[in-house]
Order: sequence, then C-alpha cells, then structure tokens
Amino acid sequence: MKAFAALLDGLVYTPSRNGKLRLLADYFRTTPDPDRGWALAALTDGLDQRHAKPALVRGLVEARVDPVLFRLSYDYVGDLAETVSLIWPDDGTAADTPLRLGDAVAALQTAGRSEVPALLEGWLDSLDADGRFALLKLIMGGLRVGVSARLAKTALTRLGGAPLVDSVSLAEIEEIWFGLEPPYVSLFAWLEGRAGPPPVDRRIAFRPLMLANPLEDGALETLDPDEFRAEWKWDGIRVQLVAGGGERRVYSRTGDDISAAFPDIVAAMDFDAVVDGELLVLRDGAVAPFNHLQQRLNRKRVTRQMLADHPAHVRLYDMLFDGDEDLRALPFDDRRVRLDDWMRRESPGRMDLSPLVPFRAWDDLSALRADARANGIEGLMLKRGDSPYTAGRPKGPWFKWKRDPMLADCVVMYAQRGHGRRSSFYSDFTFGCWRPDDDGKPELVPVGKAYFGFTDAELAELDKWVRGHSTERYGPVRAVEPGLVLEIAFDSVHRSARHKSKLAMRFPRVHRIRWDKPHHEADRLETLEKLVAE
Amino acid sequence: MPRTEKTSPETWLRVTPQGLYCAAGDFYIDPHRPVERAVITHGHADHARAGHDAVLTTPGTAVIMRSRFGAGAAKTYDEAAYGETRSFGDATVRLAPAGHILGSAQVVIEHAGTRVVISGDYKRRRDLTCDGFEPVPCDLFVTEATFALPVFRHPPDGAEIRKLLQSLARNPDRVHLVGVYALGKAQRVIALLREAGYDRPIHLHGALTALCDLYAAQGIALGPLRPVGRESKKGFAGEIVLCPPSSLRDRWSRGFPNPVTAMASGWMRVRQRARLRGVELPLILSDHADWDELTATLHDVQAPRVWVTHGREDALVHYARSHGIEAEALSLVGREEEGA
Ligand SMILES: [Zn+2]
Ligand SMILES: [Zn+2]
Repeated sequence: MKAFAALLDGLVYTPSRNGKLRLLADYFRTTPDPDRGWALAALTDGLDQRHAKPALVRGLVEARVDPVLFRLSYDYVGDLAETVSLIWPDDGTAADTPLRLGDAVAALQTAGRSEVPALLEGWLDSLDADGRFALLKLIMGGLRVGVSARLAKTALTRLGGAPLVDSVSLAEIEEIWFGLEPPYVSLFAWLEGRAGPPPVDRRIAFRPLMLANPLEDGALETLDPDEFRAEWKWDGIRVQLVAGGGERRVYSRTGDDISAAFPDIVAAMDFDAVVDGELLVLRDGAVAPFNHLQQRLNRKRVTRQMLADHPAHVRLYDMLFDGDEDLRALPFDDRRVRLDDWMRRESPGRMDLSPLVPFRAWDDLSALRADARANGIEGLMLKRGDSPYTAGRPKGPWFKWKRDPMLADCVVMYAQRGHGRRSSFYSDFTFGCWRPDDDGKPELVPVGKAYFGFTDAELAELDKWVRGHSTERYGPVRAVEPGLVLEIAFDSVHRSARHKSKLAMRFPRVHRIRWDKPHHEADRLETLEKLVAE
Repeated sequence: MPRTEKTSPETWLRVTPQGLYCAAGDFYIDPHRPVERAVITHGHADHARAGHDAVLTTPGTAVIMRSRFGAGAAKTYDEAAYGETRSFGDATVRLAPAGHILGSAQVVIEHAGTRVVISGDYKRRRDLTCDGFEPVPCDLFVTEATFALPVFRHPPDGAEIRKLLQSLARNPDRVHLVGVYALGKAQRVIALLREAGYDRPIHLHGALTALCDLYAAQGIALGPLRPVGRESKKGFAGEIVLCPPSSLRDRWSRGFPNPVTAMASGWMRVRQRARLRGVELPLILSDHADWDELTATLHDVQAPRVWVTHGREDALVHYARSHGIEAEALSLVGREEEGA
C-alpha cells in the first residue's frame, strides 16, 4: 500500500504528462504481481468492490469522529477518501506490518458483507494518512489523480522488457483490453517480454478510434482545400459497430460496450464488418435533439415504449474492417469508396451514410457552417483524403470545425462543489434567466448548469464569491443571492420537460465572468426561447 | 485580579463596522478602518492598517508597521513589552505573546472584575523567530479559527523541512522555488532550514528582502541571504529560492528553468487545494494553530465563554459547546487569510 500511496501522491502533485508517465512506468516496473495489476485496475476504473461502498466508509468514520465535525470537514475538503484519511484518529504510530495491496483486494473479495467493516476499520487503524487515502481510493474508485485510463495504458508501453526489441504499442494494448481481467498478470508478462500477447477473441474487439483536433483560428490558411473532404459534424455520440461470427457489439468512443442500451441497433447489425459512425435519434428522417438520445444512454434495459418513441439510428462515415480485411491502412478516400459499396451491397436497417459536403474553397464551407443551424448539426468535419485510420488523435489529418456558439448572460443561482482537483471548490454553477412571475415581478428560473470555461484563478474567485453570498446549504450545494452574471456559451437550446424553464441548453460552458454586469440586466427567458431549435 | 462583581463582557466589548471595540476603554482591537485608538495584535495586513491616531502594540509589531506603512502609519506609538499594563478609561490592557510571528500578541483586557483575552492569530508550536504562546486564563476567550476543522493537523515542522531537503538532494539539477508569505513564514522557513543544518545561501525574491533584513536586525539569525537579481535565472539549479506565493506562477518564476514548485502553508494539508495551485512539493507549515492546538487552547485558558472568529467558526463553536463551553461565532469583516 505504501508504494501505491506514494504513486498516488506523486501523481496528484506532478502536473506534467511526462512526469506522470514516468511515475506510472516506475511503479509498474518495480511493483510485483498482483499488486501492480490491482493498481492498474484502480487507475483504469476496472476494480469492482461490491461491499466497500461510500456509505459504509461514512458509517465507520462517524462512529469514530463527531458526525457534525465530519460533515463540516467533508463539506470543506469535498472528497470522501481524503476527508476520512485526514480526519481518522491517528496516534502517529503506523503498524510496521505493511498492508499489501493484493492482500487487501483478495481479503475484500472473499469477505462476506458483514465482515467488511471490521476488515476496513483494522486497516484504517494500521495505516498512516497517505496509506488510508490510497486504500480508500482503491476500494471506492474515483481516484481523481489526473490520470486517464488512456494515460495509464500509455505508461504500460514504456515498460519495455529487455529481451524485447519492439515495445508494445498503445493501440495493441487497447485492442485487446476488452478481453483482459485484473490483475492483468498475462498482460504484464507480455509487456515484459516473458510471454506472447494474451489470447483474446479478437472478432469482437473494440478498435481504438481515430479522433479529430479542433480547428484553430487561422489554421485554414495553411491548409489546401483540395486535400480535404468535408462532412457534417453530427450532434450525437460516436460509436463503433462490430459484428461478425455471430457476435455483435456497440462500443462507445472509449470502448465501453453499450449494446444493451441499443437492442434496435444490435438487431440491425446483420453483417460482418467494423464501421464507425454517429449514434442519433431519428424520427421521419430528421435528427432529434441530443437530449432525446441522452434518454437512451446509460440504461441496462430499454422499454418497448422507449424504443418506439426514441428510435436509434447510426449515420456511418468510416469503415475499419470489411469481413476479415483490415482497411485501416488505406487512405480515407479509398475507405469511403469501400463504405459506399458496402452500404449498397448490405443496406443494413437503421443506418445511412453521412454525405460528403462538396466545396471548392474554404469560403464555401465557412458560409455553410455559419448557416448550419439545422437540428443535429454541430459544425463540420474536415478529413484529409489521404489519411489512414490512425488510433488516437494524430495532429494534422482530421479537424472538427464547430459552428460559433450562442451566448446568453445568466445569473448564478446555485453552486455545487466540483470533483477531482476542484473538489474543495464551488465549481459547478446552475444559472438562470429572468421571467415575470405571477404578479409580473421578475423572477429567476434555472436554464442550465456549467462547470468549465474558467481558469484556476477565476475558480478561486468564484469560490470565494459563492462562500460570501450563500443563502442556504443543501449538502454539497449552496444557494446564492442573485448578484453574479456569467456569459454562457452553448451550442443550441431545446425544449425540455425536465426543467422549470422548459428549456435545456446543449453543452453550456462559461464564456466570460461578467463581474461588471448588474444582475438585473441579464437575459430574459424569452430571449432564449427565440433560439430554440424545434 | 479582583474577581468581585463580574460584568457581562458584551456590555463593554462589541463588533462595530470599524472592528472589535472595547467601550470600557474606548479603543479598537485590530480595526480595519482608521480610529483614534487602536490596539494591534500583529503586523499582518488584515490586522495592522495605516492611519490610526494612537497605536498600542509590541515593539516588534511597531517596527513591522513602520517598515510596511512608513512613518505615517500612526500618529503615536505606545510600545508595550509583553506583560506591561496600560490603563484606558475603566479598562486595563496588557499584551501576551501569541507565537504567531515576530511581535505578535494576545490582548488581555480587564474591566470590572472580568478578564477577556483576544488571541489575534496564534499557534502553539515552537517558533525560533518569535516568543511562544502564553495561555492566559480568562472569562472570555476570543479565538481565531483559520484551521478549525479536524482535517487540519499540521505535522511536525522538522518532517516538512526534511521533505524539502530530500527533494533538493534527489533533484540537484532543479531550482526549488518555495512560496512563502513575506511576513513570518519566510523567516520561519529560513530559520528551520538553518536549524536542520542547511548552511548554503538562501535566495530571496525582492518582495521578501526588507522583512528578512528587519528580522535579522531584531537579532534573529537567518544566515546568508541573497537577493535574486534581474539578471539570468539560469544559475540556480539545486538552490532554494523563496518568493511570495503569487510569484510561483507569474512571469518572474517562469524565468527559472525546470523548477520544483513548493509552497509552505497549512492549506497544503488538503491535496486538491495544493494541486489546484500547481504545487509539486507541498510543505505543511503554518503560523496558525491547527485543530489540536485550537481545541487544547480552549481547555488551557479555562474560559467558560468563547467567541470564535477569523475562519471556520462552525466547527470550533460546535466543539466548544459539546465540551460545555458557551460559544458563538463572531463575524468580523475584512479578515483575510494572509500568513496561513
Ligand atoms: Zn496573521
Ligand atoms: Zn489574520
């Protein structure tokens, strides 16, 4: 646990990506199996602890510490694991029999529900504050040390065992990841050159996606329009459809299997291929607002009603495999021809092609993008005709060119504590616009929530403002008096029954903090209503 | 002291727009607006302000005020050593050491058989740069509460300084930039480094030199100090450079190639707070009492009543009440967290 605690501490305080990679690689290199595998699972969010839930941990600490003091501390610190690790009574004498990470996981997995509390309590007593933090993070997840699953996997590529000439690439790890289980003993053996790649059923593998970079201001001038193709950027979620050998999978952008939520799509995947496209809700050929699609996400099961009301559809734009044939090394133009042919041949239900948008000069596209207010369109994608399908986010071949956001001045109404490194700051803001109440007097109604778009320094100021102007507290949320105006940027606004204002913004973010603007001059609800995409 | 007819302190001590006011002696304690008579606990900017007519404070604080605000900080100074008494109206006043920074004092007021102690900012652990806190038994204790949550437990100073020296040994190719508040923290960190045997010159940002010189002139040995000049910031690999916290992320610090960014503050106890400030090496060193020191002090001064100010009042009020002490939060406007 000590090495893992030191790793987490190092990761928290090391800002640079390279620094983090070095720490991770050092840890994986010097820590034995199965400890390092469990740590990897915790870092990639793959560790499932059935019994050690936050409520249990809270119960343990409230038996030791005055619950009022605990609540006030938690309110300040924001992160449960950190609060408990700091507040747990400690006489400064940590036990000298170190707790091994693998032993802790094994003990938790074999323990019955009723045995877990005593187990946990004993460990918390024997560890120092850093050790308690690491243990609690391990079992409760949500590490928040600024390491994505992808970064952890990247660190694995730097492990390089001596006998290996070529080290394993990130794409190779990601391709088999779906078939691996913690504590990943066979994976480490492969990475260290002691064994071949772990055997997995590759037919249903997720293939890491190729991602686009945002188009920077002025970048177009340096690009040759003849070398690029344009497509609409659809406002759905990116999916990869994998079918073959009787198996079918719908994978999200990150490789999560979301097939269960989309049985309508799965039923239509009567083919042997891997294709890339945008998942949408489509009615009578028209793309429904994004929040309709959202209702279909994160479900273990879908009702017949939901399937009928929110029919799913995939708009395809790339092809990775046709049968067993890997097309990824081909240029985009060739893959597109293969995709067109394949569509004509197979014509799967619930799928269509995302059309290429013809243009001669960049100005043609600028005009199209400016007018693109139709439902379901977020802007344009630019893809080099000669680009192979490269996993990750290579610089140069693909760009996303979003249309300009809409803007509204809104008044902060509630603030909630953030997550991760912002967990002790009020960083999630619910804001509203003015409308007349029943007596014709102006009242605020919430129209959205935003939690980014400001710098760390601005966050500190916002936090201070919230703490100085709160009127009520509900757990991690504070109500504040009207007084602070945020200029909110958003991609579109839709009707929504879930909100009191009957409106919902898509992708709202803080564009500017209007410290200067009197709150009664913020926007009215009717202004937003005029922007609704029907 | 004569403990005959006790009065209720709120009849002669109250919060006003200028700050805490003692009606029995017609003076203010740490007022944040100019007043005729002020008693100043210590030199931090949220306690000592310029423009008062008459100021009563310790000689140490008077030196700091003159240096910070110039000769016109106050019309007259009455410099009282710890323990000396003064009479104002029906009240007598003396200053007792608070252990916070050089010259820092608690204000002990007696009136009509009642003794009130206003702690100012304080800490209980040893500090080589100032006199240690003296617990004064009293009827009402007005305490600070900067770190009044049980998550704040400052580790031993020596262990934190060792963290800095170990990092220096591990990264001899990197300059160590340490963010410290200019008054108190800077000098304490230097003194702790010297105590740990570090005898190389310590380099200072321009904003720290005057106060370090002031401490040295007061007889506090700080060893060799070197101002960082305007020239190249390339030659500092393996050295310690102290600067104000705000300079850790400004243009000044960007001139140093590949620095280890450290910060000495009690807030560093909370990881995500440290991380948000971009600190790579957090050093938990505070000039304020931590939770254990605050609660121990409540018991040491044996006051049946406590007023809590300056920070996280809720938790300390709760603690006091659950230990049979009458307690309430006192909101004083204008208090900042300087020197934490
Ligand atoms: Zn102070
Ligand atoms: Zn203060």
